[in-house]
Amino acid sequence: MIAETLAWLGDPANWSGPGGVPARVLEHVGYVALALAIALVIAVPVGLLVGHTGKGAVLLVGAGNIVRALPTLGVVTLFFLLLAESTPAAVVGLVVLAVPPIMAGTYAGVQAVDPHVVDAASGVGMRGMQRLWQVEVPIALPMVLGGVRNAVLQLVATAAVAAYVGLGGLGRYLMDGLAILDYAEVVAGALFTAALAVVLDLLLAGLQRTVVPRGVRLAELATSKGAA
Amino acid sequence: MSITDELATYLGSANTRAQLWAALAEHCYLALLPILLGVVLAVGAGWLGRTWPPVRGTLAVAANLVYTIPSLALFVVIPGVIGTTILDSVNVVIALSLYTAALLVRPMLDALDAVPQAVTASATAMGYRPARRFFGVELPLAVPVLAAGVRVAAVSNISLVSVGALIGVGGLGRLFTDGFQREYYAPIVVGVVLTLLLALVVDLLLVLLRRVLTPWQRPASPNRPVAAGEAA
Repeated sequence: MIAETLAWLGDPANWSGPGGVPARVLEHVGYVALALAIALVIAVPVGLLVGHTGKGAVLLVGAGNIVRALPTLGVVTLFFLLLAESTPAAVVGLVVLAVPPIMAGTYAGVQAVDPHVVDAASGVGMRGMQRLWQVEVPIALPMVLGGVRNAVLQLVATAAVAAYVGLGGLGRYLMDGLAILDYAEVVAGALFTAALAVVLDLLLAGLQRTVVPRGVRLAELATSKGAA
Repeated sequence: MSITDELATYLGSANTRAQLWAALAEHCYLALLPILLGVVLAVGAGWLGRTWPPVRGTLAVAANLVYTIPSLALFVVIPGVIGTTILDSVNVVIALSLYTAALLVRPMLDALDAVPQAVTASATAMGYRPARRFFGVELPLAVPVLAAGVRVAAVSNISLVSVGALIGVGGLGRLFTDGFQREYYAPIVVGVVLTLLLALVVDLLLVLLRRVLTPWQRPASPNRPVAAGEAA
């Protein structure tokens, strides 16, 4: 298996053209980015609103739990039958699966902001919107990105599954390899899909660390020193 | 033909119903056996992390890495690694066991750390040796946190099994490939609904199991609401 996979990886034919690795990786990242962008536009405002006002939290958490139980393959095949075109069907399916984790992260982030901090913000004269954008959102940002990380993992995995209904991207190697029993191609596809997921997750983890507001970081340092 | 007529025709066939039961049973086996194996693995990891702390960082990184790997990729690579055929259901069971363990390692270690020192010291003073103290005192006290993780893992396993249909082992997932190949809504809709129902039922059973396993949490507050951190 290892020798065959290395042979596949060493074959220049697999590295160029529309079916080559670079093109497939770009395609895969493209679907993930598109679905993520749409999901962010839907999920972040709703999460902020629910977190800020506290209304509809039960509904939001419940919806998130239901979507976690949704079988991704079922979602993708269902949308394919409804829309009859691979790419739009897959993207709609991806968006449906990416919205809940982002919404939950955003809501939980805003919700977890220390009420004393929000009180203090009102105390120094901040209005609702100022409080939201200058206090709650910056403090919530790491948790929002936590939701985005979960969503991206889900998206990379589901985009590969969506190759079943004809979507491009790295899932093609898995599906096409399985269809012709070319196990080397399947393993190569699996390795690239896994590597892409790990790399994207590491990038987001790095981003998550850098967006922690300075004040919050100082406060954490102070408490951990106080505890020690 | 409307979707309701389609569903009625589909479910009206005794043959279909027999297939559905078989698919449901296979789905339960493929999703729940890994929960058991995953819990055992996570408990082992917890024990290792307690007795030999330097390994904890490695455990956490490994768990994160496994959790990051997309399911379809893991399903197809496992046969190459352990030498099973690609259609073997063992592949799916192993992959989902790894996901379950990966999800549980972190909460397991945190929960064991949260056991008050006074409690472990009392157990030691009463003559509990490390192994008995771990299984008799520390592990039961970690159950509430572990249970929250198990609920998440169970629901995600039930959803992930379907992906196995792409390699020929999928329980209810086969309804999706069937519906796709025949351009037929009914099996897909039934498959999605049954998966959601199964997830709901298993989740309720796990809540009950947690109550049975943590009797000391009940008398104090019989109608104890689920704490925010445990809502799965």
